[in-house]
Amino acid sequence: MSHRARQLQVSSLARVEGEGALQILISDGTVTSAQLQIYEPPRFFEAFLRGRQHTEVTDITSRICGICPVAYQASGWQAIEDACGVTVDEPTAMLRRLLYCGEWISSHALHIYLLHAPDFLGYPDAIALAVEHRDLVERGLALKKAGNAILERVGGRAIHPVNTRVGGFYRSPTTAELAPLAEQLRHALDDALATVAWVTTFEFPDLELDHELLAVRHPTRYAIEAGQLATSGGLSFPPSEFGAHVVEHQVRHSTALHATLDGQRYLTGPLARYSINSVQLSPVARQAAAAAGLGSTCRNPFRSVIVRAVETVYAIDEALRIIAGYVRPEPAGVPVPARAGVGHGVSEAPRGLLYHRYELDADGLVRSATIVPPTAQNQPAIEDDLRRVVSANLDLDDAALTALCERTIRNYDPCISCSAHFLDLTVLRR
Amino acid sequence: MNVPTLAVWKFASCDGCQLTLLDCEDELLAIAGQLRIAHFLEASSAVLPGPYDVSLVEGSITTAADAERIKQVRAQSRTLITIGACATAGGIQALRNFGDVEQFRSIVYASPEFIDTLATSTAISAHVPVDFELRGCPIDKRQLLEVISAYLVGRKPDIPNTSVCTECKRAGLTCVMVADGTPCLGPVTHAGCGALCPSVRRGCYGCFGPMTGANLPALIGQLHRCGMSQGAVDKVFATFNVAAPGFADRGEHDVAPG
Repeated sequence: MSHRARQLQVSSLARVEGEGALQILISDGTVTSAQLQIYEPPRFFEAFLRGRQHTEVTDITSRICGICPVAYQASGWQAIEDACGVTVDEPTAMLRRLLYCGEWISSHALHIYLLHAPDFLGYPDAIALAVEHRDLVERGLALKKAGNAILERVGGRAIHPVNTRVGGFYRSPTTAELAPLAEQLRHALDDALATVAWVTTFEFPDLELDHELLAVRHPTRYAIEAGQLATSGGLSFPPSEFGAHVVEHQVRHSTALHATLDGQRYLTGPLARYSINSVQLSPVARQAAAAAGLGSTCRNPFRSVIVRAVETVYAIDEALRIIAGYVRPEPAGVPVPARAGVGHGVSEAPRGLLYHRYELDADGLVRSATIVPPTAQNQPAIEDDLRRVVSANLDLDDAALTALCERTIRNYDPCISCSAHFLDLTVLRR
Repeated sequence: MNVPTLAVWKFASCDGCQLTLLDCEDELLAIAGQLRIAHFLEASSAVLPGPYDVSLVEGSITTAADAERIKQVRAQSRTLITIGACATAGGIQALRNFGDVEQFRSIVYASPEFIDTLATSTAISAHVPVDFELRGCPIDKRQLLEVISAYLVGRKPDIPNTSVCTECKRAGLTCVMVADGTPCLGPVTHAGCGALCPSVRRGCYGCFGPMTGANLPALIGQLHRCGMSQGAVDKVFATFNVAAPGFADRGEHDVAPG
């Protein structure tokens, strides 16, 4: 047991998206402070969205995050279509879901193989891992490529897709154009199942979190691109009530605002989605989860890598299902005429729930914008998790404990670029 | 054996351009065999000290600390290449250059005094000499591979500085502006994407920024003939390359609807 003051500091976190640092203060064997410091410079999206036309918003919001641009487009379409009273038809909704599956596959493969697995296997990065296990890294890259193939075929581009808009798409792909994707995805499904089996062999520290969990829930399918909100405590509410439950506040050490759910810290992301919606997974994904030893819920953040692998299986299986039943949207998109109003949108970015709210004037110009990204919601839970991990492992030396803290943060696949520039709801209500 | 070293740096940005390097699924391991990735925080926790043979820089300068950091990056880099609209033109966050950053800060943050930010978002070339600027929001994967390959063997990258129209014609696409009357920035936008938008019957929205010697007045007249108001024209140029010379100073040469 240490009786001295210790300080652990990582000035630049690696293998996360964006710029963050970590500072832990320990005094006489007690963790007195645990901070995930986000110093990513703010870019002020919510400020410069004011005055923009409703039809150009989602091209702009996709630029918040290069890792999950579809999430930023999808929550945006939904909120603007909600404000304008437009509902897209089922074929368009399915094509959007297919596009979003591509982002899940690509982002999850990136995180599992290139960012997270090196932690479990003791490598600094996937390049070093590839020196000894080239086949493993190649499998991960093939999976990632399959996700990007969907994004390119349906969205026109893997990063910041160009074929999407409020009301639908500019041009919908033909059935023949989707056929080669199905071939690639069938191989990817084998790779994804092998991935689940592989990550299950990793060693996982024991940790059970009791945070409240928040995820999107859809009445008929594992929620990705749309739905209502649900908590692990049994609460359920529509996207329009998000602001009544979730409040963001600013803390000094971060350019990301911190969020609380009914006054409590909470968690979004794979653990929340799986624990709330696992019964809706497809049979092949449920089977993979059972074989990996997952129950109907999972609250160990280190095991989130297994949940991501199971969700990758699901996203591929679901993409194949959508392609098999594909009905080409005709027309590719519907007009979304401007009207004054407020709209809300929620979707599940690979790393967690993403909420958008827009207030439009009668000409469709944005009067105010609110964007609550997953990492801002998760930051208080991540810091709480850091406190527990450090408290339980004080006997480790500084280097080992610091490495464990970095792993703890990477468990959440934080996307720091997109967390750093968001509006306080109390300011919005002025 | 002297293996060249590669460093990747991030300033204010979305991470998408450096992700493009990881999106080279078929080439990534081959690249890693030809050079040593010495500093790439998004991908590796192993960091080697400089100097570096080639630095790829993503993002724009928006804080005083970053204005200093880019000088250190330059000092450690034999070749410095900027990747993407943020690094080459200030990015979408350069919209603050035309607004009131104090107001921006107080719209987003309840305690704006905690937030360290400059009044402008500027390109890397406004701070240090840059050896090559790769355009795009995001950059194109094939062009990135071409630039890395070129610098590895010490030749000039083969990156055409013509317009998107040249790529559109080469792809055999029907002109969306002529055939459908759809407003399109292709005639003034730097080539590189492969005419992605016209291929889905959408007008180009200029994410690669202005081409060299673009004829803005002629295009703006055509945009008006397609039915765009002056306000709509102003908006369409005020996105990811809003501060790029060529787009930013178009107002001086603006012409009325004809």
